[in-house]
Amino acid sequence: MQLDFNSSMPIYLQMVNEVKKALARGELSPGDKIPSHKERAQMSQVNPNTVQRAYQEMEREGLTETLRGQGTFIRNDPSLLQRIRSEMAQAAVRQFIEEMRGLGIEPEETERMLRNELHKGMEGE
Amino acid sequence: MSTEDQDIIIELKGIHKRYLLKQALTGIDLRIRRGSIVGLLGPNGSGKSTLLKLIAGMIYPTSGSIRVNGREPDVRNKSQIAYLPEIDNLYGWMTVTETLNFISGFYADWQADKAAEMLQTMELEGKQKVRSLSKGMRARLKLIAALSRKVPLVLLDEPFSGIDPSSRAKIIRSILSEFQSDEQTIVLSTHSVKESEPMFDDVVFLQNGWIKKFDSAENLRAAYGCSLENLWEKVYA
Repeated sequence: MQLDFNSSMPIYLQMVNEVKKALARGELSPGDKIPSHKERAQMSQVNPNTVQRAYQEMEREGLTETLRGQGTFIRNDPSLLQRIRSEMAQAAVRQFIEEMRGLGIEPEETERMLRNELHKGMEGE
Repeated sequence: MSTEDQDIIIELKGIHKRYLLKQALTGIDLRIRRGSIVGLLGPNGSGKSTLLKLIAGMIYPTSGSIRVNGREPDVRNKSQIAYLPEIDNLYGWMTVTETLNFISGFYADWQADKAAEMLQTMELEGKQKVRSLSKGMRARLKLIAALSRKVPLVLLDEPFSGIDPSSRAKIIRSILSEFQSDEQTIVLSTHSVKESEPMFDDVVFLQNGWIKKFDSAENLRAAYGCSLENLWEKVYA
């Protein structure tokens, strides 16, 4: 897991995003057991309080559930994957728009460039 | 005692420490939360070791007050505090196992099973003479000695100084796996921020005997938009 300590995103949220990405990529599936926060802290060599915060956040977002005496699991909810994927896609689009805006490019121009690139991509395949 | 007080394990108020010729600390106010890992950062001579020794009860402040677990620290606090000194305090003629047995005799809270386990994870040979250990291996042995005790407060003075990167990684892994956040607090001084940054809840930046910054690592990163490692460059530029 790559954590970026120079990022403006807090470490615990980066850890939540890693789990979401793993789900989107299919490396994790609904119902899978994930390491306890203690194990996770050791594996990633990160402060256990930070990891605990990440686990609380995942639970709060409905990403995971903790079963007493059994551990933490990705929630076995079929709509979960769809939700995460669209959430992450939206975040990526927003970031892209933000960057284009930062470059001073008008929305119409952004749209045109995007359509061009997409078109090129399709031809290339 | 209010709940807030119970959440604070170390409280320093207006601490000044003057050695014969040098003013080491000039007005330190600091409250350390129970269950946190706190990084004490600063260049040589900024007062890190002095601060840790004061908390350990090994030296006394010139003025100001210190409370550790609600009482003023002195030698009797030994039972509450595990302290890893910066200096090499091991005997060369002992073996690794003899060293740990020797140290265990001083402490009722010694956990022999934990020491044996850490010996394995830290890749040390029990039969080896301390004299023949590398600097990194000696540092690991000192850390085993500090972390094998069941105490509420662990003070580590420069556990990484002069140590190769692979030993650093092993030491960090051990600290994190032995840390019991529900019953332990660790204060660790260092100037290798890069490796230790992921460990910290809270961070103190010391300079010339006073606190330049003190906040949670996440808050500091958010406020300055950079890692603690890069913040170090800004603070001590």
